[in-house]
Amino acid sequence: MEHGSALMHVLLGKLTLDAIPYDVPLIFWTGVVVAVLTVAVLGTITAAGWWGYLWREWFTSVDHKKIGIMYLVLAVIMLLRGFSDAILMRLQQAMAFGGNMGFLPPEHYNQIFTAHGTIMIFFVAMPLVVGLMNYVVPMQIGGRDVAFPFLNNFSFWMTASGAMLIMVSLFIGSFSRAGWLAMAPLSEAAYSPGVGVDYYIWGLQIAGVGTLLSGINFVVTIVKMRAPGMSMMKMPVFTWTALCTNILIVAAFPILTATLGLLSLDRYLGMHFFTNSAGGEAMMYTNLIWIWGHPEVYILILPMFGVFSEVISTFSGKRLFGYSSMVYATAAITLLSYLVWLHHFFTMGSGADVNSFFAITTMIISIPTGVKIFNWLFTMYRGRIRFEVPMLWSLAFLFTFVIGGMTGVMLSVAPADFVLHNSLFLVAHFHNVIIGGVVFGAFAGMNFWFPKAFGFRLDPFWGKVSFWCWLVGYWVAFTPLYVMGLMGVTRRLSHFTDPSLQIWFEIAGVGAAIILVGIAAFLVQIAVSIRNRHALADTTGDPWDGRTLEWSTSSPPPHYNFAFTPVVHDRDAWTDMKRRGAERPTAGFSPIHMPKNTGAGFVLAFLSFVCGFGLVWHIWWMAGASFLALIAVAIGHSFNYHRDYHIPADEVRDVEQTFARRVAEQGAV
Amino acid sequence: MLKPLRIPLLALLLVSLGGCQMVVLDPAGQVAMGERNLLIASTVLMLLIIVPVMVLTAVIAYRYRHSNREADYQPDWEHSITLELVIWSAPLLIIIALGALTWIGTHKLDPYRPVEQTAAAGETEPLHVQVVSMDWKWLFFYPDYGIATVNQLAAPVDRPIEFRLTSDTVMNSFYIPALAGQIYTMAGMQTELHAVINEVGDYKGFSANISGEGFTDMRFRFKGMTDKGFRQWIERVRSQGDELDRTGYMALQEPTRDEPVHYYSGYADHLYRDIVHRCVDPDTPCTRATGPDDEPAGAQEAATAVSVEALARADAK
Amino acid sequence: MSETTASGAVGPGASIFYATEEPHPDNGTLLGFWIYLMSDCLIFAVLFACYAVYGGSYAGGPTPGEVFDLHGLALNTAMLLFSSITYGFAMLEMAQRRRTRTLAWLAVAGLFAVAFVGFEVNEFAHMIAEGAGPWRSAFLSSFFALVATHGLHVTSGIIWLATLMIQVGRYGLTAENERRLSCLSMFWHFLDLVWVGVFSFVYLVGVLR
Repeated sequence: MEHGSALMHVLLGKLTLDAIPYDVPLIFWTGVVVAVLTVAVLGTITAAGWWGYLWREWFTSVDHKKIGIMYLVLAVIMLLRGFSDAILMRLQQAMAFGGNMGFLPPEHYNQIFTAHGTIMIFFVAMPLVVGLMNYVVPMQIGGRDVAFPFLNNFSFWMTASGAMLIMVSLFIGSFSRAGWLAMAPLSEAAYSPGVGVDYYIWGLQIAGVGTLLSGINFVVTIVKMRAPGMSMMKMPVFTWTALCTNILIVAAFPILTATLGLLSLDRYLGMHFFTNSAGGEAMMYTNLIWIWGHPEVYILILPMFGVFSEVISTFSGKRLFGYSSMVYATAAITLLSYLVWLHHFFTMGSGADVNSFFAITTMIISIPTGVKIFNWLFTMYRGRIRFEVPMLWSLAFLFTFVIGGMTGVMLSVAPADFVLHNSLFLVAHFHNVIIGGVVFGAFAGMNFWFPKAFGFRLDPFWGKVSFWCWLVGYWVAFTPLYVMGLMGVTRRLSHFTDPSLQIWFEIAGVGAAIILVGIAAFLVQIAVSIRNRHALADTTGDPWDGRTLEWSTSSPPPHYNFAFTPVVHDRDAWTDMKRRGAERPTAGFSPIHMPKNTGAGFVLAFLSFVCGFGLVWHIWWMAGASFLALIAVAIGHSFNYHRDYHIPADEVRDVEQTFARRVAEQGAV
Repeated sequence: MLKPLRIPLLALLLVSLGGCQMVVLDPAGQVAMGERNLLIASTVLMLLIIVPVMVLTAVIAYRYRHSNREADYQPDWEHSITLELVIWSAPLLIIIALGALTWIGTHKLDPYRPVEQTAAAGETEPLHVQVVSMDWKWLFFYPDYGIATVNQLAAPVDRPIEFRLTSDTVMNSFYIPALAGQIYTMAGMQTELHAVINEVGDYKGFSANISGEGFTDMRFRFKGMTDKGFRQWIERVRSQGDELDRTGYMALQEPTRDEPVHYYSGYADHLYRDIVHRCVDPDTPCTRATGPDDEPAGAQEAATAVSVEALARADAK
Repeated sequence: MSETTASGAVGPGASIFYATEEPHPDNGTLLGFWIYLMSDCLIFAVLFACYAVYGGSYAGGPTPGEVFDLHGLALNTAMLLFSSITYGFAMLEMAQRRRTRTLAWLAVAGLFAVAFVGFEVNEFAHMIAEGAGPWRSAFLSSFFALVATHGLHVTSGIIWLATLMIQVGRYGLTAENERRLSCLSMFWHFLDLVWVGVFSFVYLVGVLR
């Protein structure tokens, strides 16, 4: 008996059957439903014989367009998970008053808000941002792919592996209860003994490798691979914001990696970085995590500023107003984002001088941001505004975001933060900027570039339904939170005693339900658009009268994007080409040099996932073996010197001529 | 589609707004009032620019709609020095004003700064309270009176209160919205808060920073009392409570949820200091060598990473 | 690669809007790797910052003066510096396109690095045996984290070096392999620089404290 359990311990670490939450019906049945759905999806794929296709054309693809789409699919799937958490929280808070304890005890409630925050930031917002950049940036700069196509595929799978690990925590063991930043010392082994924080750590570390590599990849791509003639000050604004975001990623994510690394040393090896004992300082963790955390906010929002710039300029039929202002404002925000981290903990008693300094640097960020708002405003001024779906999202952003910006500056006034810190007002504020900025931007971007990616537009009716539900739902869900913040209600509470609050939580719940309809409408929009794809088809490659280079190629673009590299003379390069009657060459094609697909990224990421799982459960043989395998596969991959091939000139010619014929037919009609 | 729903919902919002108490906007303490005033001033200052921007957005979006062929269309208009100057300087001016306001306000409302006593209240000796956040309850020491309480705090109106705060466990944030802004409590270090309550009343206090499973129930009552009421309250605590010794404290360290109010007529010598130095248990070495009457080290000192042990060693040598 | 041009067959507008030759964007590997090193630098920056904060938090445990062995350290540092110099020789031989000599110098550089890691592991084992393990105090946690992270970097450098030696041996000094050697060279010297920081900031300042 003794011997047997020791063997089990070696084989399975801390993992036992108790890790399956069969005693918690809600989680258990969620797990069962997700498992059934997964099996159903996998079964369908197997029955239809799609595995080969998926593996060859998608999973192993190094094409930035396909990787971008995979990022967006991942983001939408994770949005569903993150939003279910939101619904659970809204239900619990609307119910749990007085004698009614709701349906979630604190230990589950705490897991749910932690999972909600972690998933929404790392596995929804980040993949949305990286996905859009992946799809759009190489085409906007007239390139054929990113600088390191294999790394790009690897980055995606690392992000997906991290997401998988977090998802597994729902069904095997439990997730962290320490909030989305795992603040020490609560996240230390003394106060969070289970596997929850370990899932959090390894999920983020694995995804973090992907994010960092993708950051490096895009900086090099944008610096080195722009089309001839595209000087820095002729780059489209989205590319500019992507560049700044990736610089931020490269300069911020290592700090997260190091900080989580130190936390894991505390948890695994009993060290004393952030513990309450033996000289540890928990405040060090707070500082480090926010030195990463604040730039992270701008990592998410800057590319969306780029999306809005492209959308507003396109649908106003006009050049972007104040391009240089826009670029300098973006660069200013990039730099300033490193000088404000302490505003997240004014209430830790840092003293008036320190607090004032960080309060004022924070306010200064609102200057370049304000300039951007004005720039968009004056881009519309003297324009011809078409209120297509992407433009609606952009307008809603302008109205919503200025309020979020205002409440943000309110919070930056240190003494005002003393009364609003950690309150529902704060929760309302960051949802105001993240939903009103990042999510609205992502929807604007997806509606805008969808026809480019798939060759047909998204259905405008369902797009508008989704849009209105999100907009109205957002305000119904979060206005009550602003109000309750001013009533002195703090966040992360799972039960309330004051009955006068209940109505506010009920209204917020209604808002969440409206947003749910918005999400459903988005899925319906995609389904309807696929069904009506012929009616919605885009044969010209330029459905919106676009201004930048991605619109100069066919929809969907050929694997190589451009048969001939475009030469740029103007900021709105494609508008310039259209005006001056540029003709697409129809002959003289050369073979095109392209990278080959490879499964190495998938394998490496899968091994990382196994290694992470082993580490979470202290299954050392599994962690060790998968880590060694990881190194072996990486070395093995480095022995592959034949990573590219040529698309024959004839094939390129056929593709280009078909496209030219289609455009010509369109013109004739 | 759902647009028609907006009106009734908004109406509902407004009705409910009238009925609720926004304690942050209507506090009962001078410090919280100062913080509220700054909050309102900064909002007004920002609305100066936000409202015109929102109006302008609506007007421009409407006027330059595609179907309006009357409107001027200049597809290449992208630059205007005057406008650029305006759009950089308008927010800049607002931020200069707001920055000045913030600088002054942050210094004036610094939690470490003693409360300015009003002439009406007269000069009075401040009330000292030592606060310890525990899993998951609040322990208050009143060194001026030699008593202690759990989950209940009282103070006479118009008498400044000097809080010294620490944590026995993870971080918490000590917050009584009606009284003053919050401040974190952290193990091994001490923070400070100065405040004063100006109206008699029974107020809510709680932890505003997630601290684990019992966080939700980490509430306490804060009673603002008349001088007489406060004296009676002290007497009540003295007569009803027993002594909090070190063993009793260690029993209190056990995590509990929704802990009832306790009164203690007295407590062990240097208990609070040893909580800060994490050596209530005589077998645990203190994080800092202490003389018999030493005050605990402040958070600012610890936060700037002046190692307490380094000092301890220096003392030892 | 392809020198074919599209002249004659393309329309008049094409010449200014489309490049007729296949693009040859600069290879970005060295830039990318350099950016990676800068990001790695930030990880070390965090570890150095931690050491600055915790360097005096002995928690009643041993102090730097009691646990650091400066003689061993001098020897160890010499190993790493020799390794860097010999890697430099290998790069010079590479520029002369002499494969065998390149490989020989790489082997020497690798051996010095192995010696460095060996000494370091020995030092750690010694400290742990003396009761000065990383769990003893925040000072020791930050010391071990910083020095071991550097050591792990050197170890992965050694693995990479061995892999590259096999690849150079098998496929010769191809453009691809030369690029890889240049990347590893940057990595190698970067670790040297970090060690100079560790040496002066951790050991010397630690002992003087």
